Amino acid sequence: MPFDLLVSALVAGVLLGGFYAAVTVGISIAFGILDIVNIAHPAFIILGSYIAYILNAQFGIDPVIAGIIALPAFYVLGAAVYQVYYVSFEKRGKEALSGLAFFFGLLFITEVLLILQFGVDYRYVQAGYIDNNLGKFLGLSQSLPKLIAELPMRMLVPCVMSILMFGVLLIVIKRTFIGRAIMAVSQDALALQLMGADPVRIKRIAFAISIATAAMAGAFLIIIQPVEPSVGREYIGRVFAICVLGGMGSLTGTLIAAVLLGVAESLTATFYGPSWAPAVSFGLLLLTLAFRPSGIMGR
Amino acid sequence: MSAPILEVSGLGKRFGGFVALENIDLKVAPGERLGLIGPNGSGKSTLVNCICGTLINDTGTVQFNDRDLKGLITHERTRLGMARSFQLPRPFFSMTIADNIRVPLLYTLNAHRSEEQIAARCNELLGLVGLAGKATQFPRDLTQVDMRKLELARAMAVEPKLLIADEAMAGLSGSEVTDIVNLLITLNERGITVILIEHIMSAVMQFSQRLVVLVSGKKIADGAPDIVIRDPEVERAYLGQ
Amino acid sequence: MRTMSTWMFALVACVVAAAVFFFVPFIGKILGWGDYIYIASYTVLQYVVLATAWNILGGYTGYVNFGSAAFFAVGTYTTVFFHKLYPLPIPILVVLAAVVGGLIGLGMGYLTLRLRGAFFSIATLAMAVVLQTLIVNWDFVGGSRGAYVIRPASIVLFDSYIQYLFVIMLALVVIAVTVARTIERSALGYGFAAIRDDELAAEASGVPTLKLKLIATALSGAFMGMAGAPFPYFIGFLQPSGVFGLEYAVNSIAMPIIGGTATWIGPLVGAILLGTLQQVATVTISSAVNVLMVGLLLVFFVIVAPNGLVGVVQNLFRKKPGAPS
Repeated sequence: MPFDLLVSALVAGVLLGGFYAAVTVGISIAFGILDIVNIAHPAFIILGSYIAYILNAQFGIDPVIAGIIALPAFYVLGAAVYQVYYVSFEKRGKEALSGLAFFFGLLFITEVLLILQFGVDYRYVQAGYIDNNLGKFLGLSQSLPKLIAELPMRMLVPCVMSILMFGVLLIVIKRTFIGRAIMAVSQDALALQLMGADPVRIKRIAFAISIATAAMAGAFLIIIQPVEPSVGREYIGRVFAICVLGGMGSLTGTLIAAVLLGVAESLTATFYGPSWAPAVSFGLLLLTLAFRPSGIMGR
Repeated sequence: MSAPILEVSGLGKRFGGFVALENIDLKVAPGERLGLIGPNGSGKSTLVNCICGTLINDTGTVQFNDRDLKGLITHERTRLGMARSFQLPRPFFSMTIADNIRVPLLYTLNAHRSEEQIAARCNELLGLVGLAGKATQFPRDLTQVDMRKLELARAMAVEPKLLIADEAMAGLSGSEVTDIVNLLITLNERGITVILIEHIMSAVMQFSQRLVVLVSGKKIADGAPDIVIRDPEVERAYLGQ
Repeated sequence: MRTMSTWMFALVACVVAAAVFFFVPFIGKILGWGDYIYIASYTVLQYVVLATAWNILGGYTGYVNFGSAAFFAVGTYTTVFFHKLYPLPIPILVVLAAVVGGLIGLGMGYLTLRLRGAFFSIATLAMAVVLQTLIVNWDFVGGSRGAYVIRPASIVLFDSYIQYLFVIMLALVVIAVTVARTIERSALGYGFAAIRDDELAAEASGVPTLKLKLIATALSGAFMGMAGAPFPYFIGFLQPSGVFGLEYAVNSIAMPIIGGTATWIGPLVGAILLGTLQQVATVTISSAVNVLMVGLLLVFFVIVAPNGLVGVVQNLFRKKPGAPS
């Protein structure tokens, strides 16, 4: 029945969108707030997926927990990458061409290293809930409404965890000193100096947080679908489409845009076939850039 | 006043909720030397950007030589004879000083110039601002004052009827300021209308035939410099800072 | 050299190309590669065209195109498309591919170039994914299964078909390099450089920046398309994952940057060095290691020598003792 199909496509889209928010939030911080065009972000996400895979396959650790375990390492990685970026490009005023090429190089280095280590086979993780739906998982298949009982756990867990992570980030940005300093770094360098904060340090922390989110996003990704090294490239269009559509650095906008793209892709996949889904993000990106470059939450 | 070369009427510009300029009227006569002053954030640079087409004004019109500039983008306005220098010098860093001047020479005059004519005009302009000996150097090797001179030479290369000098002297020493003021007066004597936006009052007073004061996006005074400077409202705006 | 006219340069380029044409078979004999020397040289020359094309936009105007593979693929699939309709001579296919590549470049540019450079770069990156999606879903040109393009057994005037393809690519190199050099010394080149240095100042100097950027994207896209046009005949069996592959995207950026982006010499030197290195390396190591090597070199150069090999050499000559720095 088309109506059922529509409803389930919408629900799947919203779940997908929640996950996309986690994938994009790092870009929203790096590109939207710090103005660092980190096109290698999806590659870091895939790296996160493989770490979740290793911890899961070797030690049987739950992928979400694996993501949390990887957080500090990714934070340090992010801080290191920013330091190189700052010294080599930002300080010299060469971020445009050289900086972009740098991240492009990182993208390929990460991807190829993963290929050399793990090959191009699809890898996946195992956890009790992954192949269940909500009803079976809770043992409430009969008492819950059909639509809710049939929510797939492999989509629901990443979505819920994503939104949780998103909420934590939002609180950090809005309520803490560091968070306010991060917002100030993009808008008002003078205010930042008055706060007595070193802009480079603030940017390093912010970029480190942005890469840390990739550890979580990577874990969520490998719960949703099997992963191979080049999967990341599909996400490049998506994350930037969401970031731009959300209004560059507006976290609330990112969440809304992520859900919008999730729904749009889900509807496209349902009614035109999944092989067309990657084109949706690109179309959305181009339309946004052409007609409303400030995004839906644009200032 | 003869027919104005530049006429700004009812110009307004907002950034989100912030009103940067409100209902600005301004007429500049051909050959005039106009000083534009105002405290930081009063909207001087925004006004320059609206006149030059870098920003698009929300309300009002800008007319240049009786032509409405609405819809014309910066390079089209430049080609009509409106030149500007930037508050912070923005040379083309990868090019030599001579090549910096070549760019406007190549792109502004409709009549095709021969290579010799371009080279000759280039030398002439560099000589005019006193950079003749540095033609083959790169901008990063220049001192602050030479950088300002390059900025003015590049603006002059578009053969402007109107030159807008946006804080052409910020950060310069006393004698250097005099250098630039004299240079601007020389340009003016060659028939170019000049609008000078400046903080250094001695330079403004020495240069201007007329003074316009912006405060918080509004024009609060317009007239002879010695009268405007004693206007109580102007005094309050400056002392109130 | 500095004052050599375009026609003179084109003539010299043709002479050099002719020398390469006569020289290459000898190298093949020495190495004992036989016809394989043509395959290897063709690949290197193809990269020269791609790198030069990328540099017209990326090096001269500073707008980074990440979608080289897509433009290249557009060229190859233009050939596949027309091959299925009616077999045309390769030079005509090259022109058609140039038109299609140029138009796509123009369209991309028109939609994104009014914004900051980063948006253009991101859009090109996304475009590569989507064009691949389109090709994969387009059965007429083979879809995801790929397409066979059977090359004719022989061709008049040439010893072998691969030699013919090699000569075509050699001609494309001459055209691309001559055009790039001509642009560099023309008003267009000054305008491009002004855009790269400071777009606002360029506008204030009367440079029509949007128009020039569109010219650059169209030209760059056209040459990338041209580079791809003979490829189906070269490879015989074409798969989307192959032509949209990593090598093209990363090489066409890495080669100009490693060579030096400011002049036509950089991409030429970068492509010949890196391309030859890869041809020698593929015999011994896997293509993944190849891409890894290029990626590492790219990162190394942007950090340590952002002006590329040409910049390194210039610095060596400039820093003579006693000379003013």
